Amino acid sequence: MITRRATLIGVPLAFAVTGEARAAVSGMAYASNEKDNTVSIIDLAQMKAVKTVPTGQRPRGMELTSDGKRLLVCEGDSNRIDIFDTTSWKVIGAIDTPDPEYAALKKPQNNPLFVSNENNALVTAWNIDNQKMLWQMPTGVEPEGMAVSPDGALICNTTETTSMAQFFEVGSGKNLANVLVPPRPRWAAFTRDGAEVWVSSELGGTVTVIDTKSFKILDTIRFVVEGLRSTFIQPVGISITDDNKLAFVCLGPANRVAVVSVPEHKVVSYVVTGSKKFDATVKKYLLVGERPWHGTLTPDDKYLLTANGLSNDVSVIDVANLRVINTVPVGQQPWMVLISPSST
Amino acid sequence: MQKVQDSLHFLQSMEGAAQGLAIAAYRSNLSALTEAGEVQAMVTNQSSAENSAHAKSGPGRRAVLGAFAAAVGSATVHPAAAQTTPASSTPTLTIGYLHWSHDVQTISYIFTPAPNNGRAGAEVAIVDNNTTGRFMHQNFALETVEVRTDQDPVAALNALIGKGIRFVVTDLPAADVVKLADAGAAHGVTIFNAGAGEDALREEDCRGNVIHTAPSFNMLTDGLAQYLIWKRWPRWVLVYGEHPQDLLLAAAYRRSAKIFGAHLVAERQYKGKAGSRETDTGLIELQEQLPVFTQNLPDHEVLVCADTQSVFAAYLPYRTWDARPVAGSAGLIPTSWDPNSLEFAGRQMQDRFVAYAHRFMTALDMNAWVAVRMLGTAASYAQSLDPEKIMTFMRGPDFQLGAYRGLSLSVREWNGQVRQAIILSDSGRCVVSMSPQPGFLHERTVLDTLGTDKPETTCKLTTAQKE
Repeated sequence: MITRRATLIGVPLAFAVTGEARAAVSGMAYASNEKDNTVSIIDLAQMKAVKTVPTGQRPRGMELTSDGKRLLVCEGDSNRIDIFDTTSWKVIGAIDTPDPEYAALKKPQNNPLFVSNENNALVTAWNIDNQKMLWQMPTGVEPEGMAVSPDGALICNTTETTSMAQFFEVGSGKNLANVLVPPRPRWAAFTRDGAEVWVSSELGGTVTVIDTKSFKILDTIRFVVEGLRSTFIQPVGISITDDNKLAFVCLGPANRVAVVSVPEHKVVSYVVTGSKKFDATVKKYLLVGERPWHGTLTPDDKYLLTANGLSNDVSVIDVANLRVINTVPVGQQPWMVLISPSST
Repeated sequence: MQKVQDSLHFLQSMEGAAQGLAIAAYRSNLSALTEAGEVQAMVTNQSSAENSAHAKSGPGRRAVLGAFAAAVGSATVHPAAAQTTPASSTPTLTIGYLHWSHDVQTISYIFTPAPNNGRAGAEVAIVDNNTTGRFMHQNFALETVEVRTDQDPVAALNALIGKGIRFVVTDLPAADVVKLADAGAAHGVTIFNAGAGEDALREEDCRGNVIHTAPSFNMLTDGLAQYLIWKRWPRWVLVYGEHPQDLLLAAAYRRSAKIFGAHLVAERQYKGKAGSRETDTGLIELQEQLPVFTQNLPDHEVLVCADTQSVFAAYLPYRTWDARPVAGSAGLIPTSWDPNSLEFAGRQMQDRFVAYAHRFMTALDMNAWVAVRMLGTAASYAQSLDPEKIMTFMRGPDFQLGAYRGLSLSVREWNGQVRQAIILSDSGRCVVSMSPQPGFLHERTVLDTLGTDKPETTCKLTTAQKE
């Protein structure tokens, strides 16, 4: 409605759309730019990057403490995870660990931090306050995705090359189960009720739904986009809404985000992302080189932000209308975007 | 002592995993992890792993794996994979490797093949297979036999068959691959051709029990052709040598030019034997000879060369009469792997390989790695080490192998060729591009724009051969 009114009174459309977003969101988002070795700080009210923070080499995975005060950045090629103060943007601590691809925090305790050490085929657990290692466990080849269950009892790690979802007990690191999934699993996400974990397989083109009690595979979700070769559908990031109804799956080179009904394990829609030439009047999004890697929902679940690795921008998706409403340029090859918990 | 405690803790928790909580099909068999002496071995290696934690691609992972093997011990020791031998109750699939032991002299000294060229790739894949296998209750081992040019490869194969081996990877020449396939067929042996690029091996001489992990000449030349066309460099001069393989490779370039719309404006054959690269003042002679060899050519954008034996191609760049780039066997080279390929998690593969072999990973290493990983992957999905079940899965529609080149690898059912992307390498310095190129489309998968496609194949696999 706002869009139509703005058009009628002759305000440039792009501005009108920005205005819509401006009215709806405030707070900060952080995008890790793996090529630039920076994190872009995005002011959501302005929908633009307002600051660029230098990091170590190849920042990919990130985690925010539950109070939003510390941002942990995995710097794989520097063999380090830097802990940034999100006010001063100074490094206030660092965890030295080989080749950290991604790490997940147990929240709201903000400890431990579970790290995928990709080259060493290890999962390590850390206390982020004193940066001491608590335990380490061997995994399959190239551990990557990591998720902590909502009750904080177990973690799920995915091993890219050996195609397993591996479950470990949070406290001891005890290996609970290893479930074979389709090739190149990249990401794990627990449903909000903790009953299921969803694992995306980049080459398999699937999301595997695993029961967290029996560790049995409940379902395999496949994605079909008309006019697109199945080989270009490479699911990676998964974001699930707080009400446990919708999951958003970034499909990489398919340049789309799949919208999946969580209770039904069924795709309900696809959203095209990353269009630099966004034009709401034609409701058509031109495909440019994009590759959305990972998405994050705003705390109120009204918007989804995706980091588009090939078009160097962040897409803002209106969840209610399942439309891309804005595109924010960031640094080179953004991999992940997180949103401050105080954002509204 | 913190490290010692961590390690003890590690062992206890691994044991716990085996005793109770793992689900049935994927249970780890780690019950032999507790004896005191073995714990000591684990502690020593674990500490060294941590000490090296800051070194990128340090021996950390290997040390941990090594420690794992030391801890569990085993009654059977397989030559190349002793460091990952698990408890003796774990079923083991031993894969044979017939390695061609021969001297190769390359013009570029730094590309002289290592004695374990190819074999090291298979060995790293065994470690990778076992990293999964220890969670899947499967173990993999490699038995390598060196075969000299004057030795009978079939005798070597029969020795492996006698030990119960049903999968054999080889980098022996094309003629030997056919002999091995025919000799192994009666015993249910599948041969993995990691070395020979001859298209005839996939076409008129095809065999139902051969999987080709080496890209064919046609795939390589198509990969280069697509890039040159993408670059709008359609006019080529083709220069080829005298070796029979050079003639086959030249034919592949002619075919690719026709398919992708390039024009071969001239062809020349280089006649000359490989000389010593160490001759004093040889360089002066070369910079006088090669301009003459490439003089008076019609207008062209690229000089494409086919030199499979490293006789002359590497001498062409910067010495041609016209200032034109060189591609093919020198300059811009199509290949299945390059040690600079870091995309698609290639960095992890390179680091893992260098840590193991203390040298860079070649295309032959990659082709052998692919063969052994195909077996490991098919075995874990088939949940069986039974050769028939493994091959059924590998040839089936669900088989995919991630091999650090973006799109996953799978088997062309019509001739056993493994479909794969082709890297275009700046002579081993940088990756320039990877084919298929944007805009080259195919009804099945863009990977089938490379090499002989199903409608063109002359390979006729009988039902018996397919099995």
